[in-house]
Formats: sequence, C-alpha cells, structure tokens
Amino acid sequence: MITVEQVTKRYGTTVVVDDVSLELPRGGVTSVIGPNGAGKSTLLSVVARLLPAESGRVLLDGADVARTPGRELARRLGVLRQDNHLAVRLTVRDLVTLGRYPYSRGRTTPDDVAHVDAAVARLDLGGLEHRYLDELSGGQRQRAFVAMVMAQDTEYVLLDEPLNNLDMTHARDMMRTVRRAADELGRTVVVVLHDVNFASCWSDRIVAMRDGRVEVQGPPSEVIDTDVLRRVYDDEITVREVDGRRVALYYT
Amino acid sequence: MPEPLRLSLDDADARSGPVSGPSSGRSTGALRDPGDTRDPRGRRVRLVLLALVVLAVVACAAFLLLDVQGAWSYVLGLRSRTLGALLVVALAIAVSTVVFQTVTENRILTPSIMGFDALYVLVQTVAVFTLGAVGLSGVPAPVQFGVTLVVMLGCSVALFAWIFGAARRSVHLLVLVGVVLGVLLRSLTAMLQRMIDPNEFQVLQARLFASFTGVDPALLGVSGILLVGTCWWLWRRRHELDVLALGRPNAVALGVEHRRRVMTLLVAVSLLVSVSTALVGPITFFGLLVANLAYVLTGSSKHAVTLPTAALTAVVVLVGGQAVLDHVLSMGTVLSVVIELCGGIVFIVLLVASGRRR
Ligand SMILES: Nc1ncnc2c1ncn2[C@@H]1O[C@H](COP(=O)(O)OP(=O)(O)OP(=O)(O)O)[C@@H](O)[C@H]1O
Ligand SMILES: [Mg+2]
Repeated sequence: MITVEQVTKRYGTTVVVDDVSLELPRGGVTSVIGPNGAGKSTLLSVVARLLPAESGRVLLDGADVARTPGRELARRLGVLRQDNHLAVRLTVRDLVTLGRYPYSRGRTTPDDVAHVDAAVARLDLGGLEHRYLDELSGGQRQRAFVAMVMAQDTEYVLLDEPLNNLDMTHARDMMRTVRRAADELGRTVVVVLHDVNFASCWSDRIVAMRDGRVEVQGPPSEVIDTDVLRRVYDDEITVREVDGRRVALYYT
Repeated sequence: MPEPLRLSLDDADARSGPVSGPSSGRSTGALRDPGDTRDPRGRRVRLVLLALVVLAVVACAAFLLLDVQGAWSYVLGLRSRTLGALLVVALAIAVSTVVFQTVTENRILTPSIMGFDALYVLVQTVAVFTLGAVGLSGVPAPVQFGVTLVVMLGCSVALFAWIFGAARRSVHLLVLVGVVLGVLLRSLTAMLQRMIDPNEFQVLQARLFASFTGVDPALLGVSGILLVGTCWWLWRRRHELDVLALGRPNAVALGVEHRRRVMTLLVAVSLLVSVSTALVGPITFFGLLVANLAYVLTGSSKHAVTLPTAALTAVVVLVGGQAVLDHVLSMGTVLSVVIELCGGIVFIVLLVASGRRR
C-alpha cells in the first residue's frame, strides 16, 4: 500500500503539492489526472523519493521511502518520469538491461536476460534492440524507457504519462500491459494520464488533482462525470456512456 | 474491482510474450529475429581494444628502444622512468576524465577545464612567492609533492562539491563558471607573479610546464601506487558508473545512493588529477581528447569499455607521440603543445556541436 501523509512540496514560495494525503491500496491500476501544472509529476516524484518533500512523508507498505535503503526500494518500486533525456548514447537493449541493476549490480544473469527479453517483447521493441535511443522516434523511445521500468520487475510501478508520443494502437497496448501487470502479476500501478478516456476505460481508481491538491478520487464511474470534471478542469465536458464505459467528449 | 475490456487481452497474447515475472522463462526469445540476437557492436569493441593494446605496446617499445645512443643500461633506465611518468599521467587523466564526465553528465567538461590547472599554477606560485626559489629548493621533493597533492585535493573537492553538489546546471553555464574561475585564479596568480623576483620567476616558469623528464623515482612510485589503487576502486564501480550516467533521477530510481556516490567519485577524480598534475604539471585538453576518442572509437557508453579504451588511447597518444617527437623528430618538448592544440580544437568543435543540437 502507498500511503501519502500530508506531503507538501514548494518551489520557492509557490506550493506545488499542498498538504496531500492519499492512500492507494495494493493491486490495481490508479490513474492520476488533472490539468497541466496540477502537481501530478511532482507528487509522483516525491512518492518515488526522487524529490524531497518539505513536509509529510510517504510510506510504502508502512516503511518511509525516504529512509528505506535505495537498493531495496529499487526492487520494490519502479518509476518512469515524464521527460527522459540522457547525456549518454545507449542502445535500447543497454537501457532495458540497466533496469535489472537493482538485482544484478551489473553482473547480468540468465534470469536478468529473461526479464529483459520479456520487457523488450512486451513493449514491441524486438527490431529496435540494438538501435541507439537518439535514433528512435519519440514513441519508440518512450516505449524503451517503459521497458526499462518493466524489466525492473517491481511490485509498485509509477508511470508518468506513459502514453506520451504513442500512436493509438501502441497507447492501447501500453494500457493493456499496465492492466495485465496489475491483474496477472498483482502489481500496483499508478499512471499519470491526460486522456481521461484511457483513465475511464482501464483504471480501477482515478485520482484527480488540481492546484496541488487531490480534488476528487474514486472509481471511473464517479470521476468521469460532467460535474466532477468541471471541478477539476473548469470546463464543461459532455460525458456519454458507450458500450458500458463512460467516455468524455472533449474533442470539439 | 471493475473488469475493463477483458476480452481484448487475448489478441495481445498472440503478439507478445507474458509480462516478465519471476517464473516467466525465456519464452519470448523465439520471437526475435535470430540475426538480431547479438549486439553488432561487441565485435567492434573487441577489435578496437585489441588494436589499441597492440599500438600501446608498440608505442612503449618504440619509446624505450628507438635511437638508443650510448650505454644501453643508462639510456633504458632514464627512459623507463620517463615512460613510467607518461603512463601514470596517461592513465590518471584518461580515467579521471571519463569518470568526471559521467558524474557530471556531460561530455565537454573536464577537471582541467573547470579550473584545475589554474589552481595548480596558483599553488605553485604561492609556494615560490612565500618560500622563494632558494627556500623551495631546500624542501625535499616528496614533501613538495605531498603538500601540492593535499592542497590540490582539498581545493578541488571543495570546488567540485560546490559546483556539482547542488541542483543540475546547464553545461554551458558550467563552462562559463570554469572560465570565470580560471580567470579569477589566473589573475590572482598574475598578481603574485608581478611581485616575484625575476630570477625566481624563471624557476616558477620551469615548474609550470608539463615535463615528463627528470621525475623523481620515489614520487613516481607513490604516484603509481595511488593511481593503481584508485583505478582499481573505480573499475569495481564501473557498472554503477553506467547507472550514474543515466542522470540523477534514474540512478536514484535504480537504487544508487546518488549524492554520496557522486561525492566519493569526485574525490577519486580529484586524487587522480592531483597526482598527475603534481607529478608533471598541467595538460589542459588531453583528457577531453582521449575521452571523446574513446566514445567515438567504441560507440559504447559502458564503462567496462570506455575506461580501458580511454586509458589505452591515452597511452598510445602520449607515449607514441613522445616516441615520435623525441626519437624520430628530435623535438621532445613540443609534445604537450601538440596535444593542447589538438585537444583545444576538439573542445571548440564539441562546444559548437552541442550548441547547435539544442
Ligand atoms: N523545478 C521546478 N522549479 C520551479 N517550479 C517547478 C519545478 N518543477 C515544477 N514546477 C512547478 O510546479 C507545478 C507542478 O508541476 P508538475 O510537473 O508536478 O505538474 P503536472 O501536474 O505534472 O503537469 P503536466 O500535466 O504539465 O505534466 C507547476 O506549476 C510547475 O510550474
Ligand atoms: Mg507532469
């Protein structure tokens, strides 16, 4: 279980995560939605101990992430950040293999190779394994970084906008991968999404943020709703039910 | 828990293997194109390393054996000492530059460019200024070496911790910091040098030129031990360096204690650069030259590859260059000038290229 206890994060005097408390039970897919600058990425970074919070704490199954040894945490929690820029030239395979570092410490075992192979196949990167990351398209690169997180094989997986740059087929495949990690392997997955319809169709819970606070949380049936979306986005959005799923019509 | 789109999961099965789990074997391997299973760069790396080893050995042999005049044992003794100094400097600079560039996540900056050389010049000037040339010559070489080493180490650790310890800054800002720092240190130096007696200034000048000849054997031994110890320690951390190269957030996510690790690595880098500089004097662009040659030659970012490649390249360039200039062209002292020229050009090219990329 991920427990966020009164976490506050400031940059200078601006509060970007404002006294957030949140409980995400074990298992299942949680989507985080909200307008640009709502503090989604910041909250995710704090949860993944990539950013220190000014106050409050984050517990992973009861243990404070800021105090857990880094290596141990790296075997339990994997994270994809929103923007991934590398100073070094790596191939896809090199990158995905580094996802095994918490286990292998560089000495790659057959078990590590198996995980890397599986992640590469899972993200449809078979033909690109030996290409350099800077020679890939944006969506291909995005998939390579997700493959690295998948290879890390952690119980908790935090993905900040994994659908960035993906075409519609790969976006749907990504959500399938996420869904399956939760259903078949019992992973706890948190994804930041902008497309509320993906959140509606694939997640068990939706957490909607606004101005550094959690505005609403609940199952898609409650959150994907004209009144609720108005509170979050300040916008009138028609919501229809199509084949039993709630779909927001925000294209026009 | 709702049951979203269960039926569509089946065709995903057909396209790719199961999500990695502890029990999921290598079932997915069969999906890959068999020709794609081996990394095509592996061969290239092995070839490059082999060629460099051969070249390095040839360079060392040429340096020792070419154009020997007079008593062999005397000439060989003299030359092997110089060779020792060349090797220490080559390895120290190559390894420290690669590690420094990984830790600071850039490929343009080196310790020297960040004001390290200017620091050395200042330390030497202060020494001549306070003790005088005569007083200084009374201080035994090992003591001079030790004091220089400790002062350089202390200053550089403080400097690097200050510059790189805080938030990430843009490389171009850091180049600027390095330049400004260099100007500052050099102005201080210039001021002191104005106040030094002209005769003593001559002594000082001689100390400020990188010189590989006439190195004290005892110092060489100490330097060698420090070098081997530090390099071994760094070699054991080569995989961790691979992770650090991904940048702070990724390194932390993969379980590296980033801050502590970066600091200890910068201490190791400072030690290597201090050893090299205290031994022969400053060479600004050499590290940049060999590190970037290593990246280009191997096309790899793995430290298991780049560290030895950079070290071997450094040996080939330094020892080979010295052999050619000394024994073939008979103009040994200009080597550092040639290296600085080439390295300086590489620096400018890299700077311009990186500016164009954004
Ligand atoms: N390094 C920083 N320094 C100062 N302010 C920052 C920094 N990083 C983020 N912010 C500010 O914090 C706020 C929250 O940013 P965050 O990246 O968490 O938003 P987000 O919800 O992920 O937005 P998006 O949907 O655009 O990704 C924004 O107003 C942003 O301008
Ligand atoms: Mg974001």
